[in-house]
Amino acid sequence: MSGPNTDYDPVEVTPLKPEEVDAARDAALAAIAAALDLAALKQVRIEHTGDRSPLALANREIGALPPQARKEAGQRIGQARGAVNQALSARQVVLEAEHEERMLAEETVDVTLPTDRVPTGARHPLTTGSELIADIFVAMGWEVAEGPVIEAEWLNFDALNLGPDHPARTMQDTFWTEPADHGIVLRTHTSPVQARTMLSRKPPIYVVCPGRVFRTDEYDATHSPVFHQVEGLAIDEGISLAHLKGTLDHFAAAMFGEGISTRFRPSYFPFTEPSAEVDLVCFVCRGAGELDGAPCRTCRGEGWIEWGGCGVVNPRVLRACGVDAERYTGFAFGMGIDRTLMFRHGIEDLRELFEGDVRFTTAFGTEL
Amino acid sequence: MKTPVSWIREYVDLPDGLSTEDLTHRLTALGLKLEAIQRAGADIRGPLVVGRVLTMDAEPQKNGKTINWCTVDVGAANGSGEPQGIVCGAHNFAPGDLVVVVLPGGVLPGGFEISARKTYGHVSSGMICSARELGLGEDHDGIIVLPADAGTPGDDAFDVLGLREEVIEFEINPDRAYALSLRGVAREAALAYGAPYRDPADRPVPAANADGYPVEIDDPAGCPVFVARKVTGFDPGAPTPDWMARRLTQSGMRPISLAVDVTNYVMLEIGRPIHGYDADKLQGPIRVRRAREGERLTTLDGVDRALSVEDLVVTDDSGIIGLGGVMGGETTEMSGTTTNVLVEAAHWDAVSMFRTGKRHKIASEAGKRNERGVDPVVTEAAADRVVELLTTYGGGTADSGVTVVGTPPEPPSITIAYDLPARVSGMPIDAPTTVANLEAVGCAVQRAEATLTATPPPWRPDLNDPFDLVEEVARIVGYDQVPSVLPREAAGRGLTREQRLRRRVGRTLAGAGCVEVISFPFVGDAAFDALGLAADDPLRHTVRLANPLSSEEPSYTTTLLPGLLRAAARNLGRGASGVSLFETATVAFPVDRGPAPIYGVDWRPTDDELAKLVEALPDQPLHLAVALAGERERAGWWGAGRASGWADAIGIVRRLGTELGVEVEVGAATRMPWHPGRCAVLSVAGEVLGHAGELHPKVCQAFGLPQRSAAVEVDLDALMRHARDVTPGPDFSTYPLAKEDVALVVGEEVTAAEVEAALRAGAGDLLESIRLFDVYTGEQVGAGHKSLAFALRFRAPDRTLTEEETAAARDAAVALAAERTGAVQRS
Repeated sequence: MSGPNTDYDPVEVTPLKPEEVDAARDAALAAIAAALDLAALKQVRIEHTGDRSPLALANREIGALPPQARKEAGQRIGQARGAVNQALSARQVVLEAEHEERMLAEETVDVTLPTDRVPTGARHPLTTGSELIADIFVAMGWEVAEGPVIEAEWLNFDALNLGPDHPARTMQDTFWTEPADHGIVLRTHTSPVQARTMLSRKPPIYVVCPGRVFRTDEYDATHSPVFHQVEGLAIDEGISLAHLKGTLDHFAAAMFGEGISTRFRPSYFPFTEPSAEVDLVCFVCRGAGELDGAPCRTCRGEGWIEWGGCGVVNPRVLRACGVDAERYTGFAFGMGIDRTLMFRHGIEDLRELFEGDVRFTTAFGTEL
Repeated sequence: MKTPVSWIREYVDLPDGLSTEDLTHRLTALGLKLEAIQRAGADIRGPLVVGRVLTMDAEPQKNGKTINWCTVDVGAANGSGEPQGIVCGAHNFAPGDLVVVVLPGGVLPGGFEISARKTYGHVSSGMICSARELGLGEDHDGIIVLPADAGTPGDDAFDVLGLREEVIEFEINPDRAYALSLRGVAREAALAYGAPYRDPADRPVPAANADGYPVEIDDPAGCPVFVARKVTGFDPGAPTPDWMARRLTQSGMRPISLAVDVTNYVMLEIGRPIHGYDADKLQGPIRVRRAREGERLTTLDGVDRALSVEDLVVTDDSGIIGLGGVMGGETTEMSGTTTNVLVEAAHWDAVSMFRTGKRHKIASEAGKRNERGVDPVVTEAAADRVVELLTTYGGGTADSGVTVVGTPPEPPSITIAYDLPARVSGMPIDAPTTVANLEAVGCAVQRAEATLTATPPPWRPDLNDPFDLVEEVARIVGYDQVPSVLPREAAGRGLTREQRLRRRVGRTLAGAGCVEVISFPFVGDAAFDALGLAADDPLRHTVRLANPLSSEEPSYTTTLLPGLLRAAARNLGRGASGVSLFETATVAFPVDRGPAPIYGVDWRPTDDELAKLVEALPDQPLHLAVALAGERERAGWWGAGRASGWADAIGIVRRLGTELGVEVEVGAATRMPWHPGRCAVLSVAGEVLGHAGELHPKVCQAFGLPQRSAAVEVDLDALMRHARDVTPGPDFSTYPLAKEDVALVVGEEVTAAEVEAALRAGAGDLLESIRLFDVYTGEQVGAGHKSLAFALRFRAPDRTLTEEETAAARDAAVALAAERTGAVQRS
């Protein structure tokens, strides 16, 4: 608020004629409208509203006027300055919007440029496949049991009713560690984990055992000296083949989709009696054996895929492992994880799993 | 086991019009798994006819060959009845012989179309066929000459040759040894269709008498029954009848001579392996005993074998003449001049057969049957059948002497509750069904009130236990009838701590851009040499395999690096510009604590006994290894790429430590296969986990990896042991942050970790974080020194820090660093 104007310089006093105030206002408004960017507007602001601008100078003179003239002059100049400030603000908003729009337009990039600066990692499908299987069983309340890959001969064979003279003992082409008579083998199946489980806990037992196993097979598209199995074992009162069938049907549906079930064929395994081979409805042709008029490649037109072996746990095994065979029965099953993944994912050559080519593994990501 | 369908039908009246597919389907459901159906000649198209050679003129050719220009009577098969002119390159026939002719228009295996064509100056209208040309075998020495009674010219040759005959190949499980014979397969077929069955072993046999060849058994447990029959005046040149040779071929056996073929034929038919001796070469009585220390035998495959005292041998006065039940000896072998044959049909102890076969690495058709268990009752019938066939086709005379020594072992009696099959199978099987099915497989069943007692038939030595009977009952009811029922819900505790941690480790590494690899755990000196390990490096002390696949890699590995580095090189070799791999797997370290005992199986070993088993096993820790080679970050529009290096390797372990809540300590180390100045030893609470850093240049070179490739190997079990189980909720302040940067000059041998630790300790509780943000060496700090710049961040939990407080904490930090490491603050 300025007080009465007593020390003004009469020379600089601008006449407060209405037409001059109007002219100053009009000049300011024209300049505002003509400002094309924020910098120009800033200059306009200084020139037309700054301390040395005509309207500011006129404002200073109001105090010098006779009191009766002050009110009118004050009103006139106030209105003029108000109109100018308003126009400035409005113009400022417009120009700022224009500026932002231009800036953003200038910052446009090609969003299709590659963004693969750091390559992606992946987990092996055998790992994630084993986890998927484990999860299916854990969801049923089972547990995941594990054991060493270099195993006692007694646990790998004898405890499982594969006696020293059992033909299966040579059929399985075992790797023995040195010295060969020390009773230590690279486990030929995950079944010793069954034995370990029965030896270390009391029924009821419901476990799956995924893991790495070894046979002295030559390495080719469908055989490997190192491969992976998953074993299942249930020991409880009243367990029957029907529970085995129910469990495998559930497993098959969870792994391959609703409607994919299993069938049993009589077979022979020393550790189970009765024993069965388990086949899976081909999940590609869904059992039809053909696809688009041609024999299904996945099941070779059979409609079924051989999946694994299973059966009721031989009471001899229960006895050797300290389970009361009068009170409990059990079932066991086992299948190759490698093979399961091969037909689930259409992998033609087993060796792809073990070559470590990142193009193979990254295709599967971190979960199966 | 390969069985022609017509042979099966000889013993069982299968329904008319039954397809082979139906038969194999039913047999598979009973446990005789179909392997394949073979249809010889299925890809041959006629006209394929019997022809009689009328004339043959040998015509030498300029190329040195001699061809025969023949005229062949093919009856009316060629439409004209005129003789057919055919050029033939073979010479094993003569005018008047019956041969097999494919006429123009016919197609042989492989889509080979026959047409009349001009060759060697004649128009040859067809072809006289060899066995190989028809896909009937490998015999290409000459054309097929049919027996004189095989047919008349113009007859369709398909039936004459047994073409179109279907042969089923079964996969026979080890417990079903009885199905290694037509007798057994036909019995299953009869069971499948409820069809009438004729047992080929069910034949009248002459009674044993004292006139037979003298036989003594010293070891009745090893050889419970020995039957000997003699055929005299046998014509060693008599041909094997065509039908027999054809069946042997179809069954996968090669016809050799009538005497040998007959023994093989009877083995296929009845299941009992037979041995034939040249009776004239036998000296004195036959005796069966175990071999003695130091005895040897040259078996008829020409191999001189050192015998074990466990081997069962057949002897005469000359010494050992055969490895009983496994293979005969050379000295009494039948030959092309044998006219007097002694036929042996003996029952042998299966376990002994198995051990002898395994010990001497003899795998024979006879051994396969003897070691799995043969019907001990059919020895006389089998011997009699051999005598019958030898005399019928070899023109000999059956000697009236019949030697039968010993008695077949008694089958066991097995008692089960009537409802056991129902309980174990989960199928609603009633008592009458149980009894009927046991009787159907040949068991004699005695019934009591709640239980039945079954005596298995002699051809089923595999039936010993109650559950064996359950399988027999269940497979006849049909495994397809087994209901699908989920067991009760188990009260599982979920994944174990280690299982969850392993998943976390895998995800963390994948998140760090690493790709998981699974490689074979076999290793050899070459890999250790490539890793530059010293001769006495503990990693070279391995668990060795007695029978490795390759002598180059005879051990279970002690380190994951060889497999991983090779995989890295493979990826780069296939064009990858950079590769980051990891593997988690167990390695093995020998413990040399003696053998793992073998216990009995009739009861559970004690806990102490079990502990001994486990103690004998090698240590098998889970390791984690990482290999980083080539580009770690790609070049692109954003700028240059970045190659992997020592810092990436160590960084991955640190990241893993952070994820698991483990403080990983990093120290300098020198250890192959790492660069001596760029190797970190990693430890937790003083326990060494492993190493990480840049690989030694020589190691990079040895594995074909770019220089500066980096690697990690740590004991993951140890790392996971230290993992934090329950993370405490973090407590943090929201008061303003006070920043202080300090640059400290230290000797170049001082590590950043030492300086940081001193700063951290000196700064006290107000320090929130500390981070090294620059390392400078150069003139300004002088030779032998470096400047480390740290950003210190201070914050109090309960107030805004004053400048004085912050400065005091900083000064205390610098003072302790100066005291411990000789650090001087740069101004």
